[in-house]
Amino acid sequence: MTKHFFGDTAALLGRSLRHVTRSVDTIVTTAITPIAMMLMFVYVFGGAIETGSDSYVNYMLPGILLITIASGIAYTAFRLFTDMKSGIFERFQSMPIARSSVLWAHVLTSLIANLLSLVVVVLVALLMGFRSAAGVLAWLGVAGILILFTLALTWIAVIPGLTAKSVDGASAFSYPLIFLPFLSSAFVPTDTMPGPVRAFADHQPVTSIVNTIRDLFTQQPVSTDIWIALAWCVGILIVAYVFAMNTYRRKIA
Amino acid sequence: MTAQNVIHVQGLEKSYKQLQVLRGVDFDVARGSIFALLGSNGAGKTTVVKILSTLLKADAGTASVNGLDVATHPANVRESISLTGQFAAVDEILSGRENLVLVARLRHLKDPGKIADDLLERFSLTDAGARKVSTYSGGMRRRLDIAMSLIGNPPVIFLDEPTTGLDPQARIEVWQAVKELAGRGTTVLLTTQYLDEAEQLADRIAILHEGRIIVNGTLTELKQLLPPAKVEYVEKQPTLEDVFLTLVGANGKNSHDRNAGTDA
Repeated sequence: MTKHFFGDTAALLGRSLRHVTRSVDTIVTTAITPIAMMLMFVYVFGGAIETGSDSYVNYMLPGILLITIASGIAYTAFRLFTDMKSGIFERFQSMPIARSSVLWAHVLTSLIANLLSLVVVVLVALLMGFRSAAGVLAWLGVAGILILFTLALTWIAVIPGLTAKSVDGASAFSYPLIFLPFLSSAFVPTDTMPGPVRAFADHQPVTSIVNTIRDLFTQQPVSTDIWIALAWCVGILIVAYVFAMNTYRRKIA
Repeated sequence: MTAQNVIHVQGLEKSYKQLQVLRGVDFDVARGSIFALLGSNGAGKTTVVKILSTLLKADAGTASVNGLDVATHPANVRESISLTGQFAAVDEILSGRENLVLVARLRHLKDPGKIADDLLERFSLTDAGARKVSTYSGGMRRRLDIAMSLIGNPPVIFLDEPTTGLDPQARIEVWQAVKELAGRGTTVLLTTQYLDEAEQLADRIAILHEGRIIVNGTLTELKQLLPPAKVEYVEKQPTLEDVFLTLVGANGKNSHDRNAGTDA
């Protein structure tokens, strides 16, 4: 049945992309919270925050991008949850298709929908004065890290999507993820934080990812942060994938 | 199993944690017949259907479809079955036609567009074909659901409580569709909690109770289990269903417009 994997995934991807394009509000809703935060931080708090960077929007955009992804994957869980509840998931699983294509279609849809939201947020940031002299390679590096981060969080989202009992349960897991950038170097330099908070901020995944993206945008040579960032992304991706696949196998017997 | 038996179930057992749902279920279904599994809520009907459609593994016993064991050859079993689950498993955001095209593509058939158009026609959904399924009435959804199950002409179809939650008209529409299916030689395994549904449709009826089949036979055979019929004279009043169907038109001709207010 694996010979049909790509064809089946393409058919199912077409289906869930229609869900995205027919409810553009999900893209907008995903983008609107990070945009609101960006407005608030740049025009309200930003003036009082000493970052050592001449433009605060430049400083905080990497963190905002991660918040965008964290709120976007709530929809991934929601779409999967809806399929589970409506019985269409079982219909697909009882058909002669490559079974895993059902899950992969959701994962790829999550990736595409999140990239669209990211583009919207970056465009708004440009309007607000975000500027970067980064070249094509640096932008590709940023895109690569964001894609890896999206995939890692998407596989986390698959777990509540498969197991949640209610819509709220399916998306609640994303709240702590949205909050994580606040306890990192995303909005203020970590050396202003009290000891234990700083210790946490310095050693959680968001800080290394934010620092790497910031270095790429400002054309600084990337520090060892990039390896820590990649290790976190790949590590989370692998662990989440294993757990998600286990959950999936238990669900479909 | 004999050659005419397309579904063969023997000693099937299944528990969910402490709860023993199936305690040794045996039955056979002959090719081209309609077999009704009758039982109250929680009797285990859906569990049987899920095991037969390879969505659930049994704890003990064997089940085969078209001569293939569901536990050892699930992929081959899926080639010859179609499942219409308890809730109409249709994609609300796609149109009726897109739903059908999607299933035809997933069954790797040629010309999915033509298959979709033919089925829309056959199930009187042509006018609604381009509309989002979320605007369909319950009966239209169920018809689309059954139409999706027919794509690729699988020889065996499982219908899990196909008329639960439907109004009387929609119920009759579904019954007609099921009779037509069996008329074309498809084997239908139907679960229901409605006695009249089993009576209307099934060639054989099995009653599933507390995890076991307690009787299995034709309607005539089941009736013989009770004392012979007494003749009584009773004035026949029209039932409310008779009144309702007479007033609104029994054959569902008017059903296309129902709940169609929010055209997409």
